[in-house]
Amino acid sequence: MAGQTAKQVLFEPIFSNNPIALQILGICSALAVTASLNVTIVMCISVIAVTACSNFAVSLIRNQIPGSIRIIAQMTIIASLVIVVDQLLKAYAYEISKQLSVFVGLIITNCIVMGRAEGFAMQNTPGMSFLDGIGNGLGYSVLLLFVGFWRELFGSGSLFGVTILSPVNEGGWYVTNGLLLLPPSAFFIIGLAIWALRTWKPEQVEEPDYKMSAHKVKEAF
Amino acid sequence: MEHYLSLLVKAVFIENMALAFFLGMCTFIAISKKVEAAIGLGIAVVVVLTITVPVNNLIYNNVLREGALGWAGMPNTDLSFLGLITYIGVIAAIVQIMEMVLDKYIPALYSALGVFLPLITVNCAIMGAALFMVERDYNFGESVVYGFGAGLGWALAIVALAGIREKLKYSDVPPGLRGLGITFITVGLMSMGFMSFSGISL
Repeated sequence: MAGQTAKQVLFEPIFSNNPIALQILGICSALAVTASLNVTIVMCISVIAVTACSNFAVSLIRNQIPGSIRIIAQMTIIASLVIVVDQLLKAYAYEISKQLSVFVGLIITNCIVMGRAEGFAMQNTPGMSFLDGIGNGLGYSVLLLFVGFWRELFGSGSLFGVTILSPVNEGGWYVTNGLLLLPPSAFFIIGLAIWALRTWKPEQVEEPDYKMSAHKVKEAF
Repeated sequence: MEHYLSLLVKAVFIENMALAFFLGMCTFIAISKKVEAAIGLGIAVVVVLTITVPVNNLIYNNVLREGALGWAGMPNTDLSFLGLITYIGVIAAIVQIMEMVLDKYIPALYSALGVFLPLITVNCAIMGAALFMVERDYNFGESVVYGFGAGLGWALAIVALAGIREKLKYSDVPPGLRGLGITFITVGLMSMGFMSFSGISL
């Protein structure tokens, strides 16, 4: 990955090499926190902070870690950072940290953090790794905010808790779509988002495993 | 007994790790192309969860919890903030030990599970189950049942998805949806199916 400019490192992961849509990383904790945008934003900021800082820290000591125990060393760094984030959230945003419940802790096993530490920070300088962490965190956030936007807008008729489409049960006109508040809707929205992204950037389309042969009609005589 | 049975059903179907909480999604999507691989991974997850959740439960209740260190003469210590790093350490250590034990005593099972064991350390379902166990304050018996049930539910979901994907590869999917996109939509439909279990209580 040598020779990349800082700009590429920072912006590539957002659309061209999105961690969720292309690398299949970090979907785990992503979907459950997208029913309301406030919670989503807090989750995104936490993930960006942890990815950037862990990349920076891992990159700083990359020449000192023996190869055989590098995973556990990375894990310890990440876990310590997540504990800091968790305690900060409990202190300053208690309501939101209650809603996030176990998902803050699950940033530890979020494959984006681990994957970038192992895949990028182990080979690059601290400064670049920091930018790469922010870039991948942003790529994750873009997809998460996209999902959260549709789910909150059509599921409860509001954005960031501010009513946009006034719902029927509060005397308005909009019949809320309950499906969007339930887990399956997140899968559909991500599936459709990936479809849209790949229509825009066709080089990301996967090769089919099985090709249908063309239909040949033979005349009957 | 009834209480445990209802907890088991709840963990397997209603609160399915993969389809209701989205845990373990990365491996869930990456390793579900072949049914055999899915079965191997599913069994490994069941075994690891059945061991790690109770062990973490013991550690939480006897060491980390507020006031739990009373036996050591420190009744006012609250170490629960160390929870996250402890659980991940315990999980990584147990997976490593299991790998060595299986290699020595049950080589057949080791070669069947071998590839999947290291993957499990970073599987969010394992960590998630430990955190849910703490949040819901399960006792030791409940944590054994919960760990087993959560693993079984996850295994069931991945085997079912692999079955669907094996057939799906023969279908003519629009180019942009091929692979990852259509998998997400399939999982969404499965998740809707599993939602029909909610409301069941024993």
